[in-house]
Amino acid sequence: MSNGRPIPVRDGDSTPFWNGVDQHELRIQQCQACAAYVFYPRSICPHCFSDQLIWNVSSGRGRIYSYTVVHRSFGPFEQEAPFVVAIVELEEGVRMMTRIVGPASQVKVDAPVRVTYERVDDDLTLPYFQLEETR
Amino acid sequence: MKSERIAAIVGVAESDLGSTPGKTVLQLQAQAAKAALEEAGFAREEVDAVFTAGNWGWSPTMMLAEYLGIQPKYTDGTNIGGSSFEAHVGHAAAGIANGLFDVALITYGSTQRSDRSRNRIPPAVTLTEQFERPYGLPTPVGAYALAATRHMHQYGTTREQLAEIAVATRKWAALNEKAMMRDLITIDDVLSARPIAEPLHLLDCCLVTDGGGAVVVASAAAARRARTKPVWILGHGETHTHHSITNMPDLTVTGARESGRQAMEMAGVRHEELDVVEIYDSFTITVLLTLESLGFCGPGEGGAFVSSQRTAPGGDFPMNTNGGGLSYCHPGMYGIFLLIEAARQLRGECGPRQVPEAKLALVNGTGGVLSSTATVVLGRD
Repeated sequence: MSNGRPIPVRDGDSTPFWNGVDQHELRIQQCQACAAYVFYPRSICPHCFSDQLIWNVSSGRGRIYSYTVVHRSFGPFEQEAPFVVAIVELEEGVRMMTRIVGPASQVKVDAPVRVTYERVDDDLTLPYFQLEETR
Repeated sequence: MKSERIAAIVGVAESDLGSTPGKTVLQLQAQAAKAALEEAGFAREEVDAVFTAGNWGWSPTMMLAEYLGIQPKYTDGTNIGGSSFEAHVGHAAAGIANGLFDVALITYGSTQRSDRSRNRIPPAVTLTEQFERPYGLPTPVGAYALAATRHMHQYGTTREQLAEIAVATRKWAALNEKAMMRDLITIDDVLSARPIAEPLHLLDCCLVTDGGGAVVVASAAAARRARTKPVWILGHGETHTHHSITNMPDLTVTGARESGRQAMEMAGVRHEELDVVEIYDSFTITVLLTLESLGFCGPGEGGAFVSSQRTAPGGDFPMNTNGGGLSYCHPGMYGIFLLIEAARQLRGECGPRQVPEAKLALVNGTGGVLSSTATVVLGRD
Protein backbone atom coordinates (compact mmCIF):
# COMPACT_ATOMS: atom_id res chain seq x y z
CA MET A 1 0.00 0.00 0.00
CA SER A 2 1.24 3.45 -0.88
CA ASN A 3 2.09 5.97 1.84
CA GLY A 4 0.42 8.66 -0.18
CA ARG A 5 3.46 9.03 -2.38
CA PRO A 6 2.38 9.73 -5.98
CA ILE A 7 2.33 6.48 -7.91
CA PRO A 8 3.40 6.49 -11.58
CA VAL A 9 0.57 5.38 -13.84
CA ARG A 10 2.21 2.93 -16.24
CA ASP A 11 1.20 3.56 -19.83
CA GLY A 12 2.10 2.76 -23.42
CA ASP A 13 5.35 4.71 -23.12
CA SER A 14 6.42 4.05 -19.56
CA THR A 15 5.57 0.42 -18.82
CA PRO A 16 8.89 -1.05 -20.08
CA PHE A 17 10.79 1.47 -17.96
CA TRP A 18 8.95 0.73 -14.73
CA ASN A 19 9.00 -3.02 -15.39
CA GLY A 20 12.77 -2.67 -15.73
CA VAL A 21 13.06 -0.80 -12.45
CA ASP A 22 11.09 -3.59 -10.76
CA GLN A 23 13.80 -5.96 -12.02
CA HIS A 24 16.63 -3.58 -11.02
CA GLU A 25 17.40 -2.68 -14.61
CA LEU A 26 17.59 0.92 -15.85
CA ARG A 27 16.07 0.83 -19.32
CA ILE A 28 16.36 3.80 -21.66
CA GLN A 29 15.44 4.15 -25.28
CA GLN A 30 17.74 4.65 -28.25
CA CYS A 31 16.73 6.01 -31.62
CA GLN A 32 17.49 3.63 -34.50
CA ALA A 33 17.64 6.51 -36.97
CA CYS A 34 19.93 9.03 -35.25
CA ALA A 35 21.44 6.82 -32.51
CA ALA A 36 20.58 9.34 -29.79
CA TYR A 37 19.48 8.03 -26.42
CA VAL A 38 16.09 9.19 -25.24
CA PHE A 39 14.65 9.65 -21.75
CA TYR A 40 11.83 9.89 -20.67
CA PRO A 41 10.43 7.13 -22.89
CA ARG A 42 8.23 8.15 -25.79
CA SER A 43 6.94 7.01 -29.15
CA ILE A 44 8.87 9.49 -31.27
CA CYS A 45 12.47 10.65 -31.19
CA PRO A 46 12.64 14.28 -29.99
CA HIS A 47 15.91 14.74 -31.89
CA CYS A 48 15.07 13.48 -35.40
CA PHE A 49 11.33 12.65 -35.23
CA SER A 50 11.88 9.00 -36.14
CA ASP A 51 9.44 6.53 -34.62
CA GLN A 52 12.05 3.75 -34.55
CA LEU A 53 13.01 3.55 -30.89
CA ILE A 54 14.41 0.50 -29.15
CA TRP A 55 15.04 -0.25 -25.48
CA ASN A 56 18.55 -0.58 -24.08
CA VAL A 57 19.83 -1.17 -20.58
CA SER A 58 21.80 1.80 -19.28
CA SER A 59 25.15 1.38 -17.56
CA GLY A 60 23.49 3.07 -14.60
CA ARG A 61 26.47 5.38 -14.24
CA GLY A 62 26.46 9.12 -14.62
CA ARG A 63 27.20 12.47 -13.02
CA ILE A 64 25.16 14.93 -11.02
CA TYR A 65 24.06 17.77 -13.32
CA SER A 66 22.45 19.65 -10.45
CA TYR A 67 20.87 18.98 -7.09
CA THR A 68 19.01 20.56 -4.21
CA VAL A 69 18.74 19.69 -0.55
CA VAL A 70 15.03 19.87 0.17
CA HIS A 71 14.25 21.13 3.67
CA ARG A 72 10.57 21.90 3.37
CA SER A 73 8.31 19.44 1.65
CA PHE A 74 4.72 18.39 1.72
CA GLY A 75 2.35 15.47 2.12
CA PRO A 76 4.08 12.11 2.10
CA PHE A 77 7.49 13.76 1.64
CA GLU A 78 7.25 16.10 4.63
CA GLN A 79 8.67 13.62 7.11
CA GLU A 80 11.53 12.64 4.80
CA ALA A 81 13.13 16.11 4.71
CA PRO A 82 15.94 16.91 4.45
CA PHE A 83 16.59 14.88 1.33
CA VAL A 84 18.55 15.38 -1.89
CA VAL A 85 16.81 15.55 -5.26
CA ALA A 86 19.09 15.66 -8.27
CA ILE A 87 19.14 15.66 -12.02
CA VAL A 88 21.63 13.00 -13.08
CA GLU A 89 23.16 12.91 -16.53
CA LEU A 90 23.76 9.29 -17.52
CA GLU A 91 26.80 8.20 -19.51
CA GLU A 92 24.45 7.77 -22.46
CA GLY A 93 23.81 11.53 -22.37
CA VAL A 94 20.25 11.64 -21.09
CA ARG A 95 19.13 13.31 -17.88
CA MET A 96 16.73 11.99 -15.28
CA MET A 97 15.39 13.21 -11.97
CA THR A 98 16.25 11.09 -8.97
CA ARG A 99 17.22 11.11 -5.30
CA ILE A 100 20.80 10.89 -4.09
CA VAL A 101 21.21 8.58 -1.12
CA GLY A 102 23.96 9.05 1.45
CA PRO A 103 25.27 12.12 3.24
CA ALA A 104 24.02 15.36 1.70
CA SER A 105 27.24 17.15 2.63
CA GLN A 106 29.20 15.04 0.11
CA VAL A 107 26.88 15.73 -2.81
CA LYS A 108 28.47 17.94 -5.46
CA VAL A 109 27.69 18.96 -9.01
CA ASP A 110 29.58 16.70 -11.45
CA ALA A 111 30.13 14.00 -8.80
CA PRO A 112 30.03 10.50 -10.32
CA VAL A 113 27.05 8.42 -9.26
CA ARG A 114 25.65 4.95 -9.81
CA VAL A 115 22.08 3.73 -9.83
CA THR A 116 20.61 1.91 -6.86
CA TYR A 117 17.08 0.68 -6.34
CA GLU A 118 14.97 1.89 -3.46
CA ARG A 119 11.78 0.11 -2.53
CA VAL A 120 9.88 3.12 -1.24
CA ASP A 121 6.74 1.18 -0.39
CA ASP A 122 5.09 -2.14 -1.19
CA ASP A 123 3.97 -0.99 -4.62
CA LEU A 124 6.83 1.16 -5.80
CA THR A 125 10.53 0.83 -6.45
CA LEU A 126 12.38 3.92 -7.69
CA PRO A 127 15.82 4.30 -9.26
CA TYR A 128 17.90 6.37 -6.85
CA PHE A 129 21.60 7.13 -7.23
CA GLN A 130 24.54 6.89 -4.82
CA LEU A 131 27.89 8.64 -4.94
CA GLU A 132 30.58 6.38 -6.40
CA GLU A 133 33.02 7.31 -3.60
CA THR A 134 30.66 6.19 -0.86
CA ARG A 135 30.22 2.70 -2.19
CA MET B 1 12.04 52.69 -32.51
CA LYS B 2 10.67 51.26 -35.70
CA SER B 3 7.44 49.60 -34.68
CA GLU B 4 4.07 51.00 -35.65
CA ARG B 5 1.60 52.10 -33.01
CA ILE B 6 -1.15 49.58 -33.56
CA ALA B 7 -2.27 48.54 -30.10
CA ALA B 8 -1.96 50.01 -26.63
CA ILE B 9 -2.66 49.20 -23.01
CA VAL B 10 -5.32 51.72 -21.99
CA GLY B 11 -6.47 50.40 -18.62
CA VAL B 12 -4.93 48.46 -15.76
CA ALA B 13 -6.12 47.52 -12.29
CA GLU B 14 -5.58 45.17 -9.41
CA SER B 15 -8.33 43.59 -7.34
CA ASP B 16 -8.02 43.29 -3.59
CA LEU B 17 -4.65 41.70 -2.89
CA GLY B 18 -3.02 39.77 -0.10
CA SER B 19 -5.50 37.66 1.80
CA THR B 20 -9.08 37.73 0.50
CA PRO B 21 -10.96 35.01 2.42
CA GLY B 22 -14.44 34.37 1.08
CA LYS B 23 -13.71 35.91 -2.31
CA THR B 24 -13.77 33.80 -5.46
CA VAL B 25 -11.47 33.96 -8.45
CA LEU B 26 -14.40 35.28 -10.48
CA GLN B 27 -15.11 38.08 -8.00
CA LEU B 28 -11.49 39.18 -8.02
CA GLN B 29 -11.38 39.23 -11.81
CA ALA B 30 -14.70 41.09 -12.05
CA GLN B 31 -13.44 43.69 -9.58
CA ALA B 32 -10.22 44.22 -11.52
CA ALA B 33 -11.95 44.16 -14.92
CA LYS B 34 -14.50 46.77 -13.86
CA ALA B 35 -11.80 49.04 -12.48
CA ALA B 36 -9.56 48.70 -15.53
CA LEU B 37 -12.43 49.43 -17.94
CA GLU B 38 -13.53 52.40 -15.85
CA GLU B 39 -10.00 53.75 -15.88
CA ALA B 40 -9.95 53.42 -19.68
CA GLY B 41 -13.39 54.98 -19.93
CA PHE B 42 -14.73 51.97 -21.83
CA ALA B 43 -18.10 50.32 -21.37
CA ARG B 44 -18.25 46.59 -20.83
CA GLU B 45 -20.07 46.37 -24.19
CA GLU B 46 -16.97 47.61 -26.01
CA VAL B 47 -14.99 44.52 -25.01
CA ASP B 48 -14.94 42.16 -27.97
CA ALA B 49 -12.09 39.85 -26.96
CA VAL B 50 -11.55 37.97 -23.68
CA PHE B 51 -8.27 36.53 -22.45
CA THR B 52 -7.63 34.73 -19.20
CA ALA B 53 -5.55 31.88 -17.82
CA GLY B 54 -6.31 29.70 -14.87
CA ASN B 55 -7.25 26.23 -13.79
CA TRP B 56 -10.45 26.93 -11.92
CA GLY B 57 -12.65 25.37 -14.61
CA TRP B 58 -12.36 23.29 -17.75
CA SER B 59 -12.79 26.44 -19.83
CA PRO B 60 -11.75 29.50 -17.82
CA THR B 61 -12.44 31.95 -20.65
CA MET B 62 -16.00 30.72 -21.08
CA MET B 63 -16.77 30.74 -17.37
CA LEU B 64 -15.30 34.19 -16.90
CA ALA B 65 -16.97 35.74 -19.96
CA GLU B 66 -20.33 34.32 -18.92
CA TYR B 67 -19.89 35.70 -15.40
CA LEU B 68 -19.04 39.14 -16.78
CA GLY B 69 -21.87 39.03 -19.34
CA ILE B 70 -19.60 39.17 -22.36
CA GLN B 71 -20.04 37.23 -25.61
CA PRO B 72 -16.66 37.81 -27.23
CA LYS B 73 -15.84 37.44 -30.87
CA TYR B 74 -12.32 36.40 -29.97
CA THR B 75 -11.13 34.36 -27.01
CA ASP B 76 -7.74 33.08 -25.86
CA GLY B 77 -7.11 30.92 -22.81
CA THR B 78 -3.44 30.29 -23.47
CA ASN B 79 -1.97 29.00 -20.22
CA ILE B 80 1.82 28.85 -20.13
CA GLY B 81 2.01 29.67 -16.43
CA GLY B 82 2.97 33.03 -15.01
CA SER B 83 4.00 34.45 -18.37
CA SER B 84 0.56 33.83 -19.89
CA PHE B 85 -0.47 37.46 -19.65
CA GLU B 86 2.58 38.79 -21.46
CA ALA B 87 1.75 36.25 -24.16
CA HIS B 88 -1.88 37.45 -24.10
CA VAL B 89 -0.72 41.01 -24.72
CA GLY B 90 1.26 39.77 -27.71
CA HIS B 91 -1.70 37.78 -28.99
CA ALA B 92 -4.02 40.74 -28.49
CA ALA B 93 -1.67 43.00 -30.44
CA ALA B 94 -1.51 40.43 -33.24
CA GLY B 95 -5.30 40.10 -33.34
CA ILE B 96 -5.75 43.84 -33.39
CA ALA B 97 -3.14 44.20 -36.13
CA ASN B 98 -5.24 41.81 -38.19
CA GLY B 99 -8.46 43.71 -37.53
CA LEU B 100 -10.06 40.84 -35.62
CA PHE B 101 -11.21 42.93 -32.64
CA ASP B 102 -10.73 46.36 -31.07
CA VAL B 103 -10.80 45.96 -27.30
CA ALA B 104 -9.34 42.99 -25.43
CA LEU B 105 -9.85 42.36 -21.73
CA ILE B 106 -7.09 40.30 -20.09
CA THR B 107 -7.71 39.16 -16.52
CA TYR B 108 -6.31 36.90 -13.85
CA GLY B 109 -7.48 35.94 -10.39
CA SER B 110 -6.34 33.52 -7.72
CA THR B 111 -7.34 32.66 -4.18
CA GLN B 112 -4.43 30.30 -3.60
CA ARG B 113 -3.51 31.80 -0.23
CA SER B 114 -6.99 31.48 1.24
CA ASP B 115 -7.49 28.07 -0.41
CA ARG B 116 -4.15 26.78 0.89
CA SER B 117 -4.02 25.05 -2.48
CA ARG B 118 -0.28 25.03 -3.03
CA ASN B 119 1.64 21.82 -2.70
CA ARG B 120 -1.17 19.32 -2.75
CA ILE B 121 0.38 16.00 -3.67
CA PRO B 122 -1.61 13.97 -6.22
CA PRO B 123 -2.12 10.26 -5.40
CA ALA B 124 -1.14 9.17 -8.91
CA VAL B 125 0.91 10.79 -11.63
CA THR B 126 0.34 10.31 -15.31
CA LEU B 127 2.11 10.96 -18.60
CA THR B 128 5.47 12.68 -18.43
CA GLU B 129 5.05 13.87 -14.84
CA GLN B 130 5.49 10.30 -13.61
CA PHE B 131 9.25 10.66 -14.10
CA GLU B 132 9.57 13.55 -11.64
CA ARG B 133 6.75 13.62 -9.11
CA PRO B 134 7.64 10.41 -7.24
CA TYR B 135 10.97 11.91 -6.11
CA GLY B 136 9.31 14.57 -3.96
CA LEU B 137 10.82 17.72 -5.44
CA PRO B 138 8.64 20.56 -4.12
CA THR B 139 7.47 22.56 -7.11
CA PRO B 140 8.11 25.09 -8.23
CA VAL B 141 10.78 26.03 -5.65
CA GLY B 142 12.82 22.85 -6.00
CA ALA B 143 13.14 23.28 -9.74
CA TYR B 144 14.42 26.83 -9.36
CA ALA B 145 16.83 25.58 -6.69
CA LEU B 146 18.26 23.11 -9.21
CA ALA B 147 18.86 26.01 -11.60
CA ALA B 148 20.49 28.06 -8.86
CA THR B 149 22.84 25.23 -7.85
CA ARG B 150 23.91 24.79 -11.45
CA HIS B 151 24.49 28.51 -11.98
CA MET B 152 26.57 28.70 -8.80
CA HIS B 153 28.62 25.71 -9.89
CA GLN B 154 29.19 26.98 -13.40
CA TYR B 155 29.87 30.64 -12.64
CA GLY B 156 30.63 30.99 -8.95
CA THR B 157 27.45 32.93 -8.29
CA THR B 158 26.88 33.39 -4.55
CA ARG B 159 23.89 33.45 -2.23
CA GLU B 160 24.88 37.01 -1.36
CA GLN B 161 24.42 38.03 -4.99
CA LEU B 162 20.98 36.45 -5.10
CA ALA B 163 20.16 38.20 -1.83
CA GLU B 164 20.96 41.57 -3.42
CA ILE B 165 17.83 41.08 -5.55
CA ALA B 166 15.58 40.33 -2.57
CA VAL B 167 16.92 43.31 -0.60
CA ALA B 168 16.56 45.74 -3.51
CA THR B 169 13.06 44.54 -4.32
CA ARG B 170 11.99 45.03 -0.71
CA LYS B 171 13.15 48.66 -0.92
CA TRP B 172 10.73 49.18 -3.81
CA ALA B 173 7.96 47.47 -1.83
CA ALA B 174 8.56 49.90 1.03
CA LEU B 175 7.51 52.64 -1.44
CA ASN B 176 4.32 50.82 -2.52
CA GLU B 177 1.41 51.01 -0.12
CA LYS B 178 -0.20 47.99 -1.79
CA ALA B 179 2.81 45.75 -1.10
CA MET B 180 2.35 43.01 1.47
CA MET B 181 5.91 43.01 2.87
CA ARG B 182 7.31 46.51 3.40
CA ASP B 183 9.83 46.23 6.23
CA LEU B 184 13.37 46.61 4.93
CA ILE B 185 15.60 43.54 5.01
CA THR B 186 19.37 43.03 4.86
CA ILE B 187 21.59 40.63 2.97
CA ASP B 188 22.14 38.81 6.27
CA ASP B 189 18.39 38.45 6.75
CA VAL B 190 18.17 36.67 3.40
CA LEU B 191 21.18 34.47 4.11
CA SER B 192 19.97 33.44 7.55
CA ALA B 193 16.33 32.81 6.64
CA ARG B 194 15.30 29.20 6.94
CA PRO B 195 16.25 26.97 4.02
CA ILE B 196 13.45 25.78 1.74
CA ALA B 197 15.30 24.00 -1.06
CA GLU B 198 19.00 24.80 -1.00
CA PRO B 199 20.44 27.12 -2.11
CA LEU B 200 17.11 28.98 -1.92
CA HIS B 201 15.95 30.14 1.50
CA LEU B 202 12.66 31.73 2.52
CA LEU B 203 13.47 35.29 1.43
CA ASP B 204 14.65 34.08 -1.98
CA CYS B 205 11.06 32.95 -2.60
CA CYS B 206 7.98 34.85 -3.73
CA LEU B 207 5.00 35.41 -1.49
CA VAL B 208 1.90 33.25 -1.61
CA THR B 209 -1.06 35.64 -1.84
CA ASP B 210 -4.54 36.00 -3.26
CA GLY B 211 -5.26 38.60 -5.89
CA GLY B 212 -6.38 39.48 -9.36
CA GLY B 213 -5.58 41.92 -12.09
CA ALA B 214 -6.86 43.21 -15.40
CA VAL B 215 -5.34 44.82 -18.46
CA VAL B 216 -7.33 46.43 -21.29
CA VAL B 217 -5.68 46.41 -24.72
CA ALA B 218 -7.15 48.61 -27.44
CA SER B 219 -6.56 49.26 -31.11
CA ALA B 220 -5.04 52.63 -31.99
CA ALA B 221 -8.50 53.83 -33.03
CA ALA B 222 -10.10 52.69 -29.79
CA ALA B 223 -7.18 54.03 -27.76
CA ARG B 224 -7.97 57.53 -29.02
CA ARG B 225 -11.31 57.31 -27.18
CA ALA B 226 -9.68 56.20 -23.92
CA ARG B 227 -9.34 58.45 -20.88
CA THR B 228 -5.78 57.32 -20.28
CA LYS B 229 -2.55 58.04 -22.07
CA PRO B 230 -1.82 55.05 -24.34
CA VAL B 231 0.95 52.66 -23.39
CA TRP B 232 1.96 51.31 -26.78
CA ILE B 233 2.80 47.67 -27.35
CA LEU B 234 5.98 48.13 -29.35
CA GLY B 235 7.23 44.57 -29.42
CA HIS B 236 6.42 41.14 -28.12
CA GLY B 237 7.86 37.62 -28.18
CA GLU B 238 7.25 34.29 -26.52
CA THR B 239 8.55 30.76 -26.33
CA HIS B 240 8.66 27.72 -24.14
CA THR B 241 11.64 25.46 -23.89
CA HIS B 242 10.40 22.56 -21.73
CA HIS B 243 7.65 21.48 -19.36
CA SER B 244 9.49 19.54 -16.66
CA ILE B 245 12.70 20.90 -15.16
CA THR B 246 14.70 17.76 -16.02
CA ASN B 247 14.14 18.61 -19.67
CA MET B 248 15.32 22.21 -19.53
CA PRO B 249 18.06 22.26 -22.16
CA ASP B 250 20.44 24.37 -20.04
CA LEU B 251 19.53 25.14 -16.42
CA THR B 252 21.28 28.52 -16.67
CA VAL B 253 19.58 29.91 -19.81
CA THR B 254 15.87 30.69 -20.07
CA GLY B 255 13.66 31.17 -23.09
CA ALA B 256 13.95 34.91 -22.52
CA ARG B 257 16.98 34.76 -24.78
CA GLU B 258 14.56 34.06 -27.64
CA SER B 259 11.41 35.89 -26.51
CA GLY B 260 13.44 38.94 -25.50
CA ARG B 261 15.27 39.04 -28.79
CA GLN B 262 11.95 38.82 -30.66
CA ALA B 263 10.36 41.58 -28.61
CA MET B 264 13.33 43.95 -28.76
CA GLU B 265 13.84 43.45 -32.48
CA MET B 266 10.17 44.10 -33.16
CA ALA B 267 10.29 47.23 -31.03
CA GLY B 268 13.62 48.27 -32.50
CA VAL B 269 15.02 49.20 -29.09
CA ARG B 270 18.42 48.62 -27.53
CA HIS B 271 19.02 47.59 -23.92
CA GLU B 272 20.43 50.96 -22.93
CA GLU B 273 17.29 52.76 -24.14
CA LEU B 274 15.05 51.02 -21.59
CA ASP B 275 14.11 53.12 -18.56
CA VAL B 276 12.49 50.48 -16.39
CA VAL B 277 12.28 46.68 -16.43
CA GLU B 278 9.74 44.44 -14.76
CA ILE B 279 11.05 40.88 -14.54
CA TYR B 280 9.13 37.98 -13.07
CA ASP B 281 10.67 37.29 -9.66
CA SER B 282 9.18 34.02 -8.54
CA PHE B 283 12.58 33.47 -6.94
CA THR B 284 15.76 35.52 -6.82
CA ILE B 285 17.42 33.12 -9.26
CA THR B 286 14.62 33.71 -11.80
CA VAL B 287 15.65 37.36 -12.05
CA LEU B 288 19.35 36.62 -12.33
CA LEU B 289 18.89 34.06 -15.11
CA THR B 290 16.45 36.33 -16.93
CA LEU B 291 18.78 39.34 -16.88
CA GLU B 292 21.46 37.21 -18.51
CA SER B 293 19.10 35.59 -20.98
CA LEU B 294 17.68 38.94 -22.04
CA GLY B 295 21.22 40.12 -22.72
CA PHE B 296 21.49 42.87 -20.10
CA CYS B 297 24.74 41.14 -19.19
CA GLY B 298 26.67 38.11 -20.38
CA PRO B 299 26.22 34.49 -19.25
CA GLY B 300 27.44 34.15 -15.68
CA GLU B 301 27.60 37.90 -15.13
CA GLY B 302 24.19 38.23 -13.46
CA GLY B 303 25.60 38.08 -9.95
CA ALA B 304 27.96 40.97 -10.55
CA PHE B 305 25.25 42.84 -12.46
CA VAL B 306 22.85 42.99 -9.50
CA SER B 307 25.53 43.70 -6.87
CA SER B 308 25.72 46.92 -4.83
CA GLN B 309 21.92 47.34 -4.92
CA ARG B 310 21.98 48.33 -8.56
CA THR B 311 18.29 47.44 -9.06
CA ALA B 312 17.08 49.30 -5.94
CA PRO B 313 15.40 52.74 -5.86
CA GLY B 314 18.05 55.24 -6.89
CA GLY B 315 20.17 52.58 -8.60
CA ASP B 316 20.98 52.81 -12.27
CA PHE B 317 18.83 49.82 -13.22
CA PRO B 318 15.29 50.31 -11.85
CA MET B 319 13.69 46.86 -11.72
CA ASN B 320 10.54 45.39 -10.20
CA THR B 321 9.44 48.78 -9.02
CA ASN B 322 6.21 47.62 -7.34
CA GLY B 323 8.09 45.35 -4.95
CA GLY B 324 7.74 42.30 -7.14
CA GLY B 325 6.47 38.84 -6.44
CA LEU B 326 9.05 38.73 -3.67
CA SER B 327 7.47 41.52 -1.60
CA TYR B 328 4.33 43.02 -3.20
CA CYS B 329 2.04 40.14 -4.12
CA HIS B 330 2.20 36.77 -5.82
CA PRO B 331 -1.09 35.04 -6.48
CA GLY B 332 0.33 32.08 -8.38
CA MET B 333 0.60 33.41 -11.92
CA TYR B 334 2.04 36.83 -11.31
CA GLY B 335 2.72 38.03 -14.86
CA ILE B 336 -0.27 40.34 -15.14
CA PHE B 337 1.07 42.50 -12.30
CA LEU B 338 4.30 43.16 -14.22
CA LEU B 339 2.20 44.69 -17.00
CA ILE B 340 0.12 46.75 -14.57
CA GLU B 341 3.23 48.24 -12.96
CA ALA B 342 4.97 48.94 -16.28
CA ALA B 343 1.89 50.76 -17.59
CA ARG B 344 1.68 52.90 -14.44
CA GLN B 345 5.39 53.72 -14.60
CA LEU B 346 5.06 54.84 -18.22
CA ARG B 347 2.03 56.97 -17.31
CA GLY B 348 4.03 58.57 -14.50
CA GLU B 349 1.57 57.58 -11.76
CA CYS B 350 3.85 55.84 -9.30
CA GLY B 351 4.41 58.57 -6.72
CA PRO B 352 7.34 57.84 -4.43
CA ARG B 353 8.49 54.89 -6.54
CA GLN B 354 8.17 56.65 -9.90
CA VAL B 355 11.16 56.19 -12.19
CA PRO B 356 11.82 59.69 -13.52
CA GLU B 357 11.07 60.23 -17.19
CA ALA B 358 10.20 56.58 -17.82
CA LYS B 359 9.42 56.28 -21.52
CA LEU B 360 10.33 52.71 -22.40
CA ALA B 361 9.72 49.58 -20.35
CA LEU B 362 10.52 45.92 -20.81
CA VAL B 363 8.33 43.29 -19.17
CA ASN B 364 9.39 39.66 -19.00
CA GLY B 365 7.13 36.94 -17.68
CA THR B 366 8.37 33.47 -16.76
CA GLY B 367 6.04 30.52 -16.30
CA GLY B 368 6.14 26.98 -15.03
CA VAL B 369 9.58 25.84 -13.93
CA LEU B 370 11.54 28.33 -16.05
CA SER B 371 9.51 26.70 -18.83
CA SER B 372 7.92 29.59 -20.69
CA THR B 373 8.86 33.19 -21.22
CA ALA B 374 7.03 36.04 -22.87
CA THR B 375 8.51 39.48 -23.30
CA VAL B 376 6.75 42.75 -24.06
CA VAL B 377 8.30 46.14 -24.84
CA LEU B 378 6.04 49.05 -23.95
CA GLY B 379 6.42 52.76 -24.61
CA ARG B 380 4.58 56.03 -24.21
CA ASP B 381 4.18 58.89 -26.65
